Parts: sequence; structure tokens; C-alpha cells
Amino acid sequence: MPEVKPRDGVRIDLISGERMDGLASMEKIRMILDGVRDGNIVILEEGLSPDEESRLIEVTMTEISPDEFNGIEIETYPRKETADASFLDRLMGRESAKKLTVIGPANQIETLHKDETLIQTLVSRK
Amino acid sequence: MGLLTGLRSSISRAASTLFSDEESKRIGIYGPPNAGKTTLSNRIVRDWTEHGDAVGPESHIPHETRRARRRENIEIERDGKTVTIDVVDTPGVTTKVDYTEFLEHDMEKEDAVRRSREATEGVAEAMHWLREDVDGVIYVLDSTTDPFTQVNTMLIGIIESQDLPVLILANKIDLEDSSVQRIRNAFPQHETIPLSALEGDNMDEVYDNIAEYFG
Repeated sequence: MPEVKPRDGVRIDLISGERMDGLASMEKIRMILDGVRDGNIVILEEGLSPDEESRLIEVTMTEISPDEFNGIEIETYPRKETADASFLDRLMGRESAKKLTVIGPANQIETLHKDETLIQTLVSRK
Repeated sequence: MGLLTGLRSSISRAASTLFSDEESKRIGIYGPPNAGKTTLSNRIVRDWTEHGDAVGPESHIPHETRRARRRENIEIERDGKTVTIDVVDTPGVTTKVDYTEFLEHDMEKEDAVRRSREATEGVAEAMHWLREDVDGVIYVLDSTTDPFTQVNTMLIGIIESQDLPVLILANKIDLEDSSVQRIRNAFPQHETIPLSALEGDNMDEVYDNIAEYFG
């Protein structure tokens, strides 16, 4: 991804589902955390699978460092497809969240309101 | 999850269901920090074991539990039948830990930094247990707070994706601001049982449901 240094603002990376499809789970997590640790907001068109979300939390925890990185704020709509997915779908790995997901540094993004259909966040500069 | 991994996991779960009727089920007590997970774990252990030693210390300071702790072979008797479970009390799950929040609880910086480091290790450990080592989940929520948080929706999604039986407990009903209905509205696909782990309110219904869900 080309490197852009924002002079006076917050960089937002909107990543398509197509781009994420070509990546392994750890590549996705690395890409997200590298972006967030640089102070960017990462928006995923199709979100992560539950297993990837679990690993994202785990890897985030290992990278938290006092005065450097406090972790992430992540927002997505509640997942309904997974609960409704058939056993065969889950067996075949067809359990993609397909939910717009916003991830940012915990000290720069604050959730103002969230419900089933609306997520309002306040994003600030470092 | 890929086909082979999914197949292996499904076969493994099916096999454990078939052959482990008499074995103890490992039930993870999960939830956000300060929901009352350790208070509940201690209550279960004290109610059903002779010595009743605490699983861990309880505190109003977040991340008091920073290691997953297992108490084995707790036999819960309901309607003449006995259900044997291992209670796994886990650290509260979060996506962020800021040591400066601990300074507000009259902690020195060095202690706050150590606590935050241990807390992050504990959350990672809890996630690992959830993916690999539990047979069911009791998800504990503080009924005085908004359940519609990302951590809750993500964790419930992770639990559902693993086909683990889950029981949601709406804790702290002894407090004035408690709203069990708010939790029922947030997770209508799951049974929600109200309780006060601290006061021991409605524990009979909790044990009935533990026996039904995990027996």
C-alpha cells in the first residue's frame, strides 16, 4: 500500500472485501494492526470472521505497550448470519461476517452510539 | 475455518459428546471486566463443594482476574441428577487496556503498568481457552450497564461460531439501575437468567439452567 503522511488529519483506509479475500488470517490481522498502530482508521467492507476477530483480540493484547499503544476500538453491526448459518455452511467455512467494520486506535476513536442499524463514532487526531 | 479444520473440529466435538457423558464439562465464565465473573465462580464453588475455597479474589477494580483459573469436578445436583463441571474463571475480555485507568484507583505507576501487562496476557489467555479448551460458556453481564458493546457482540459471535452452548447471566439485579430486559433485547437468540451473584439471588434458576445446558 502506498505510504501517505497526513499533515493535518486522520487517514482512513477503506479495504474492499475482494482485497481481504486474498489474504490469510494473520495477514489480515497484521495489515489491520499495522494501520491502526500508525494512527489510521481501518474500515473493512466485509469485516472479519469470528475466528479472525478472536485472533485479532489476542494479537492486539500482545502488542499493547504502556505510553505507546493502548489497543484498538472496533465497531461492527451485530452479526446475525452466523447464528443463522447452517451446519454445512460453517463446516465449509462459509461463515463470513460480511459486516462493515471500523477499527481504530483506542485513544483516537470513541463510540458515541451504537444499535442494530447505526454506529456513530468520534474520531480525533493523535 | 477451512474445510479440513472444520471437519476435524466437528468430529472432535461429536466424539467428545459421544464418549464423555461421565466426564466433567469445562465451562468458561466469560464476559467484560467487572461483570462479576469471579463473584459468580466463587458462589458456585462455595455452594457445591465441601471446602468451598474461593476461585479468586473479587474486586471493583477492573482486571482483578488476570489468569484463567480452573476449579475441577464441581458436582451440581438437580432433580436427582448430578452434573459435573469444571468452572474456568477467565479474565474480562476487552480490546484495550490503558494503565492510566488504574492510577485512578490509587495505584502507583509501576503497579499500574504491571497490572496492565498482566491484564493483556490474561485476555489473550482467555481467548485461547475459548477457541481451544472449553465445552460451554456462561456469559456474565452487568445488568446495570449497556450490553450493546462491541466486545459483547463479538464474543457472543465467536461462541456461536464454535457451536458452544451458552447461557447469558444478567448479574447485579440487586442494584437499582439493573435492567434484565435490556440484555434480553440485545441477545434475543439466547436464554438470559437474572441473578445477583453477590447476594445469591435467583441461584436456583441459574443451577437449573446450568444442569439443562451443560448436563
